[in-house]
Amino acid sequence: MPSSSSSGATAPFADPASSALSEAAALPVQQAAVWEPFLPWMVVLLPLLGFVANGLLALVSATRSAAAVRAGGTEDSLSLDGGRPRTHRWPTYIGPGVMIAAFLLAIVNFAGMLGADLHEPVVAGPYWTWLATSSLRIDVALHLDQLSMIMMLVVTGVGSLIHVFSVGYMRDDPGYPRYFAYLNLFVFFMLVLVLGAGYPLMFVGWEGVGLCSYLLIGYWFADREKADAGKKAFIVNRIGDFGFLLAMFLLFDNIGALDFVSVFEGAEAAFSDNRALVTTATLLFMLGAAGKSAQVPLHVWLPDAMAGPTPVSALIHAATMVTAGVYVIARSSALFALAPASQAVVAGIGALTALLAATIALRQYDIKKVLAYSTVSQLGFMFLAAGVGAYTAAVFHLVTHAFFKALLFLGAGAVIHSLHHAFHETGSKADAQDMRNMGGLRAKMPVTWAVMGIATLAIAGVWPLAGFFSKDEIIWYAGAWAGAPGNANGSWYVVFWVVALATALLTAFYMTRLMVMTFHGRSRLGDAEQRHVHDSPWVMRAPLIVLAVLSVAGGLLNVPESLRVLVFGAAPFEWLHHWLEPVTHAAAEIQVAGMGEAAHQSPVGGGELTWALISTVAALAVVGGAFAVLRKRLYRTAAEDADPRTGLALALERKWYFDEAYDRAVVRPVLALSRWCWKIVDGIVIDGFVNLAAALARLAGWTTSLFHTGQVNTYAFVLALGVLAVLGAVYLP
Amino acid sequence: MTLDYSSSFHYLVALLPECVLFVGGMGVLLAGVSKTDEQRRPELGWLALAVLAAAAVANGWLYSVSESGATAMIAVDKFRLFANWVFIVGAALTIAISLAYVSRQRLQAAEYYALIAFATVGMMVVAASRDLMIVFLGMETVSIAVYALAAFNRRDPRSAEAGLKYFLLGAFASGFLLFGIALIYGAAGSTNLQAIAVAVQDGAAAGGLMIPGMALLVTGFAFKVSAVPFHMWTPDAYEGAPTPVTAYMASAVKAAAFVAFARILFVGLDGVYDQWFPILWWIAAATMVVGNLVAVVQSSIKRMLAYSSIAHGGYLLVALVAANDAAAAGLLFYLFVYTVTTVGAFAVVVTVGRQSERDTAIEKYAGYGWRRPVLGTLMTLFLLSLAGFPGTGGFMAKFYVLQGAAEAHLWWLLVVLVLTTLVSYWYYLRVAWFMWMKEAPEGAVHRVGGATPFAIYVVLLVCGGIVLATGLLPGAAIDLAQGSVEGLRHWVAGTAPAH
Repeated sequence: MPSSSSSGATAPFADPASSALSEAAALPVQQAAVWEPFLPWMVVLLPLLGFVANGLLALVSATRSAAAVRAGGTEDSLSLDGGRPRTHRWPTYIGPGVMIAAFLLAIVNFAGMLGADLHEPVVAGPYWTWLATSSLRIDVALHLDQLSMIMMLVVTGVGSLIHVFSVGYMRDDPGYPRYFAYLNLFVFFMLVLVLGAGYPLMFVGWEGVGLCSYLLIGYWFADREKADAGKKAFIVNRIGDFGFLLAMFLLFDNIGALDFVSVFEGAEAAFSDNRALVTTATLLFMLGAAGKSAQVPLHVWLPDAMAGPTPVSALIHAATMVTAGVYVIARSSALFALAPASQAVVAGIGALTALLAATIALRQYDIKKVLAYSTVSQLGFMFLAAGVGAYTAAVFHLVTHAFFKALLFLGAGAVIHSLHHAFHETGSKADAQDMRNMGGLRAKMPVTWAVMGIATLAIAGVWPLAGFFSKDEIIWYAGAWAGAPGNANGSWYVVFWVVALATALLTAFYMTRLMVMTFHGRSRLGDAEQRHVHDSPWVMRAPLIVLAVLSVAGGLLNVPESLRVLVFGAAPFEWLHHWLEPVTHAAAEIQVAGMGEAAHQSPVGGGELTWALISTVAALAVVGGAFAVLRKRLYRTAAEDADPRTGLALALERKWYFDEAYDRAVVRPVLALSRWCWKIVDGIVIDGFVNLAAALARLAGWTTSLFHTGQVNTYAFVLALGVLAVLGAVYLP
Repeated sequence: MTLDYSSSFHYLVALLPECVLFVGGMGVLLAGVSKTDEQRRPELGWLALAVLAAAAVANGWLYSVSESGATAMIAVDKFRLFANWVFIVGAALTIAISLAYVSRQRLQAAEYYALIAFATVGMMVVAASRDLMIVFLGMETVSIAVYALAAFNRRDPRSAEAGLKYFLLGAFASGFLLFGIALIYGAAGSTNLQAIAVAVQDGAAAGGLMIPGMALLVTGFAFKVSAVPFHMWTPDAYEGAPTPVTAYMASAVKAAAFVAFARILFVGLDGVYDQWFPILWWIAAATMVVGNLVAVVQSSIKRMLAYSSIAHGGYLLVALVAANDAAAAGLLFYLFVYTVTTVGAFAVVVTVGRQSERDTAIEKYAGYGWRRPVLGTLMTLFLLSLAGFPGTGGFMAKFYVLQGAAEAHLWWLLVVLVLTTLVSYWYYLRVAWFMWMKEAPEGAVHRVGGATPFAIYVVLLVCGGIVLATGLLPGAAIDLAQGSVEGLRHWVAGTAPAH
């Protein structure tokens, strides 16, 4: 495998005109590309190696337990009395080890890129040609630019922390090696997704993370409900993939290539006189992104995905995979900029999702479900940002959200882990995830309480934590673009702005509710359980603390100039914005050309600083108010809480009836159609057909009894009907 | 060497793989007569494999033979040779998974293996034919051998039923096929594909006969490839036939029909594209929709795979409708990958069923992956490939066909293909879900006392290797497929009509 070679542009295959074009474009690259990426393929390969090693250990372990079952023993190969077998010791080092190594390599590359002042993407490879037909060539190569570098750091960095956390969390699970195999495989596919140098490779990662998500959601498959949740996630994601594939072929048909460099170079020329086409393609990409990133109405799978182990929820369903939709839109910003209608759809769906999910989170009792809906809501924020062209803000929020939401999930995991252990010890059947069974845990788990408190303030948007800066930027851009002189959809942007503000306050409320129900007020645990609840071991606590630090400081990545006073001028202002400029400037130029400059004020007046202060004061007020009110409330445990809900409360608890609607509108009709096709078209139980066919058969000298069913005659009859249909099609055009 | 048909010896050269396989098949029969000992059954299978290997050598050697012109009844072109690889691989894998099955079921080994060899000869003839009569001859050779194979297990009434149903409906369809050929002959005055094409292009072929002839021919082939609504026989025949035969029917037999169909449509009937395009368009769409939807509600894995093979026929029909070079090469590549994947999946089915017709219910796969991790892993790989998951050959094949469809701007078919593929994940994953995510019911532990036969492991590893190789590094296979369709559509240099 060649280490890497850099070239700014891969010439589109068999297209002399545009290859001349890209050669011209490649010239300045060769002057500027002083940066040689350092073993970038190794970053991708390491998790794959981890998967192979852990996978083999898992197979060994499975074979051994199969042998144990055949010998009449139990399937559980993990007997803790006799010491942990090797298959359950090695993954502790392999799983997190490959991740940390990949993260260090990512940092080396990041430092290299930081020093290089790169203006064009570097394509590492091609390592091999995946597909070469007469009209399309797909190379396996890595696309290294500022955006993919950020994603690589987040995936490997947050991934490493979560792998370390998992060592403690999954320690006693019989499927320990299998768990790390899946987790490593997931990271491999995620890296392919964010680093692949073209849509087909991205699609490989896209499908791969979906598969791993399916495997990990159904990880505790003995529970039928959990296995079903995995299947639901996979199928809903496939609907999104449908959009992705079609969009890809539309691009191929119009541009003739599918690698990013060629596509973005050729997009404006290919679509300049056919905006409907680029709108279709971007809407299809949006469908794919909505599936992956759980946007309304395809969000239904994410809350169910919480059936998987909690570190999985943190890694896949909060920090990385679900943000892939945001990544694909940011990556395709040059296409979306050409299609303002698609952008408006992205923003609208994002705003709607943010609001709906936040309202649902208000009435959930499962701690992971609250966080899941919160994730959906925050992803809505990111989509809103991408939809209003604020790609930097979208990526910014993606990064900070990865910090504080991973922290929240891991903290919730620590709580669940501890309670689960306590209920297990006392033989209680209570649900360890139901917040009604918690309360007053602060004294027992002070570290967990503290880090989750920080994350709560961060997600609520309280100055000076990470979420304050990233969320503020999204809200600000939605409002500021509303006033752009050429913005035809300006009034919609005002709506988005208001919705975003309202959602931010809802966020502050439901997160405070989560904190209060879990950590404050009267403890709803029995005395026996109380004794078993305690903070996690260090291997779990350390990642929490690192993430807490990042949740505090993450906002400094991109402090806007007008808010510089809030950090006393200490941060490198708008660092992320400048960093991502080479990736987003094409889209920004098109947007400014179409709409003019954004207004430097909100729709109702007031500058960025004013509104930042207003929003942080409002968020603090909600947090404080909710805290003061809710902590006095006496919650009942899940078992005692049997009051029937009515009206809005019921609708919220039922999550606005999305599941029920899907069941009626999609699942049942498809199954019914399948059965219908089977019974009517293939089963041939229609009396008329059988009788008619039997009569025909007797005419022909056959008897039905000869063949012990009448089916052959019927089949022949249908065959004859088919022939008539074909002939009819020829003669009756 | 260059073929010169003034010497009758050169006819034999042109048909060398067929001759080798035919004579070898006779040899297997004779060997069976002299060795009646039950223990010798596997030896006959190995003998048949050796014969196939010899045919493969002959097929490889034919690459060094060139023909003058493209009008002879028997084509010696790369299209045919690629198709032959598919048949040989399909037949060899089928024989390998039959070895233990034939012994266990006490089938007449000599006849069984000889019939597979003869059916393969028929397929090769079909792929080579540039004349409708030779197509018909080859198709009937295949069909008659496979009718017998489907009904081969005389002790199993379902097998007899499968054979009889297949035979009756197959005869019916052959009638349409022959009638169509007769009408086309009436219109064009020839059964030679190139002569037909010239007659159509010159306007010499009378439309009044040509079009119904084409329609009946299409119908006949639609039956052979089990396209909706001519697919009725497929699930019954596939379910009743001995499992290795089902694998053979679903893979190589289907491939032969598609290869012949492609040559006839792309060469002989190219001039009436506008007439067959709408027919095949609708048949393709209906096949994809019905095949996939009905597969969802199946409870037997053999029936599920039968409907799945119908659905795959629908995807392949899309390649025929697209009718461009990318689609033609995609068709060949798809057939190769699909054949290997299908036989691999059936190899697992045979093993789970303990070399018999037991345990074909999908529920029987509960917990299987954990008890037999290697078999379970490979089965999952085959299922993912059938579903078209990236990284497997199935994805590459589908991608290639989709590319052809996109180039032909068949957007609606493309949408149907992608949407129905989505449905297919449901039923493929269902099996994987049972294997890995369901506990086996109490007392139903798979007591696979005897080890899995060596030959099955070889088949599984070969199939798994090919599925991965064509998914990750498909370059060589795609180049081969692409080279194999060069010139196919350009039947007279430079005069092929462009769509």
